[in-house]
Amino acid sequence: MTDTTIPPGATVHERGSASLQPSPPVHRRRRTHVRATAGSGRMAALLVSPTILVLTVVVLYPTLMALHESLYGPKGLDPSTGFIRTREPFVGLHNYADIFGVAGQRFWNAFWNTTFFTVVTVGLETVIGVAMALIMHQAFRGRALVRAGILVPWAVPTAISGLLWRWIFNSHGIANAILGRQILWATEGFHAKVAVIVAEVWKTAPFIGLLVLAGLQVIPKEVHEAARIDGAGALRRFWHVTLPLVKPALLVAVLFRCLDALRMFDLPYILVGAQKNSVETLSMLAQNEASNVRFGPASAYAVILFLYVLLIALAFVRLLGTDLVAARDGRKTSRRRLRDVLAPRRTEVAA
Amino acid sequence: MTRTATWRTRLLYVGVAAVVAYCLAPFYWMVVSSLRRTSDIFDTSLLPTPVSFENYRAVFDPTQGFTRALLNSLIVAGITTASALLLATFTAYAMARLEFRFKRLILTLIIATSMFPVVSIVVPLLKLFTDIGWINTYQAMIVPSMSFALPLAVWNLTTFFRQMPDELEHAAMIDGCTRGQAFRKVIIPLAAPGIFTTAIITFIAAWNEFLIALSMTNKSAIQTAPVAISKFAGATQFETPFASQMAAGVLVTVPLVVMVLLFQRRIVAGLTAGAAK
Repeated sequence: MTDTTIPPGATVHERGSASLQPSPPVHRRRRTHVRATAGSGRMAALLVSPTILVLTVVVLYPTLMALHESLYGPKGLDPSTGFIRTREPFVGLHNYADIFGVAGQRFWNAFWNTTFFTVVTVGLETVIGVAMALIMHQAFRGRALVRAGILVPWAVPTAISGLLWRWIFNSHGIANAILGRQILWATEGFHAKVAVIVAEVWKTAPFIGLLVLAGLQVIPKEVHEAARIDGAGALRRFWHVTLPLVKPALLVAVLFRCLDALRMFDLPYILVGAQKNSVETLSMLAQNEASNVRFGPASAYAVILFLYVLLIALAFVRLLGTDLVAARDGRKTSRRRLRDVLAPRRTEVAA
Repeated sequence: MTRTATWRTRLLYVGVAAVVAYCLAPFYWMVVSSLRRTSDIFDTSLLPTPVSFENYRAVFDPTQGFTRALLNSLIVAGITTASALLLATFTAYAMARLEFRFKRLILTLIIATSMFPVVSIVVPLLKLFTDIGWINTYQAMIVPSMSFALPLAVWNLTTFFRQMPDELEHAAMIDGCTRGQAFRKVIIPLAAPGIFTTAIITFIAAWNEFLIALSMTNKSAIQTAPVAISKFAGATQFETPFASQMAAGVLVTVPLVVMVLLFQRRIVAGLTAGAAK
């Protein structure tokens, strides 16, 4: 747990924030790899293709179907014959035009709710998660037990946590008892948003805490000692030493949390309910339309949500690409070093 | 010096207590509420007095169909986990051990699919399954669940396979095994802990799924536990049966919490391998 023999060397060196160890000799292993796995292309294809096939069927095909479906309108009376149509009429971009026109208010409301929830919950989670990780990183008795406890919110199904928080936020519930107020949390209004945010942050902050903790544990102690000897206070050590070093781990966690928060559905659906303006997210909007057999608009919402998630993901990779890559390379190097430690005879075998 | 040290320790324990309270207090409240009598469900005392198992009896009342829902959950999550693991083991092995073109691209794409908004595939699949009569079937929940279970399993397993030294297979192959035999007889047994951890993480993800199960079913006989609980009926239309919901929630969560407590170290390793590293 406190294994500090494997520092994320590459990250440290590349970013030049602290230079600790001489960089290890560059291993030229790729060649031996190729020889050991010669002719593995066909085998790889055999092993990988089932997964690719399944993902094509359950992800790619539905996505294309959604794109196609979003161009069709509801069945209904055909004005030329007066009968109910057997097939759905092609309406082109009409569904999208509706979203930005007639149905615009509901769409933009859901869009802003989704964005608001994502920004606020991920922000709070990051702060609370980092604080948790810093506390957990200290040595104290019963640390393993606390680490197990921290996993409990993660293990509680989101749907169940929605019910739990609905009970807590009941008008006669414990939240009002503690606050000494009579707030009707589950009714429309800003307080409904607050309820959803509190519940979401409770469930996911420990997750960020764990990821940051893992990042903290590979920072060598010497870095902190050096900073302390140089006279840096606790706050400055955190800001200028700890934070930059856990940044790659933290960024990956934040990216994951953002993409997950953008598709939020269970919690507002159960905690407050469907078709509530204050908490309706894009996922809820699309699901609601689909369950009312309005597949055209539902698909259009689904496509827009998909594009939104894609855009955010790309923006992340673009803005923070170097850090994300650094995180990866750091991992790679430490893994390689781990292998060196585990198997010093490896080169002999290869030679 | 010693005084600051004691203060530091005290402060640390205050922090630890805060973290534990933050994580466990809501869960504790669920357990306490589930043990109250229905008549004093609105009590706010920290301990249930008197302790009553009335709500647990109510949950297993045949009219709620909760036993059936638990079974449904077990079937859907179990089959999803098993199939995802089967496919992912082969793929992850290739990702960790073999060199081939576009490896990084393929791995990135597989992992990217797990970040996909589930609703984007639920909407078109709902229409497709309605057309082919799959609504209210297990496969209608299992197939879409693969969209998040499979990438999760592939990533976790890839990390585990990568951590195993290459010499294992080299030795086996020098001893006359083919690559397939080396995989079957050496790698799989040794990777068992990693496969097991991946199974737990995948199972929890599948067990907790709500949106797919909600959309693909409209009969109570086929609903999974989370959906069933969210639809528990109270005595009257306007009364939400919080007490029995809490009891059912505890029943659904406790197996997961026990698993988490037992395999805490491995799960943390798996989770952080899947995301942080």
